[in-house]
Amino acid sequence: MLVSILHRVTGAALATAGLALLVWWLMAIADGPDAYAAFTRAAMHPVGLVVLVGLTWAFFQHLLSGLRHLVMDTGAGFELATNKRFAMLTLAGSLILTLLIWVPVLGGLL
Amino acid sequence: MSVGESATPLGTVEGLGSAREGGEHWLAERVTSAALLLLGAWLIASLLFLPSLDQRTMAEWLSTPGGAVPMALLVVTAFVHALDGMKVVVDDYVHDAGNRFALNTLLLFVAVGAASLALFALGRIAFGGAA
Repeated sequence: MLVSILHRVTGAALATAGLALLVWWLMAIADGPDAYAAFTRAAMHPVGLVVLVGLTWAFFQHLLSGLRHLVMDTGAGFELATNKRFAMLTLAGSLILTLLIWVPVLGGLL
Repeated sequence: MSVGESATPLGTVEGLGSAREGGEHWLAERVTSAALLLLGAWLIASLLFLPSLDQRTMAEWLSTPGGAVPMALLVVTAFVHALDGMKVVVDDYVHDAGNRFALNTLLLFVAVGAASLALFALGRIAFGGAA
């Protein structure tokens, strides 16, 4: 239930904020060093970092629960215990993957 | 709206029944999700293994076929998948047919516009218009 609604929420966040960021990033690279510096400044701002870490988590949560849905599309994993364990694994997995990426980065900034 | 042969008399009168479409949409969402799994892994691995994340490194990387082509595929696939997903959300929560059509059309315009901006940026990087 929670994981299912999170799939929608994270999907909507990625579709809006995530894709806007992707477009901004590519345009900044195309515009040259000054535009890219403005992008990095915004990204490294505390608010920017919260958004980036949040989107990273949203990406992995959406990816993992999407994989869960693909497995369930085959008709597998509908037993209550299995289903719940799989849902919990997506929550743990997205948290671990987000930390794996951001702990070294944020550690380097501090 | 077409009504399936199996529709009950009441269903026929009310114009209800299978919409007779949607299967392709459902499948497309899953095909793009599989593609995004690969392209997302490629993007994360690339960013982790690139020597630096500065503008020059990014521009040089995206000027090579190995950088530009997967990135262009990622942009297109991500926007198609996002549009498919947002359409499901809109169709679920917006009950007025007119509003639903308007919102889906707006999302389509925004997605095509934003994806075009991204592809144009990639073109500038790859074909030398960029600084």
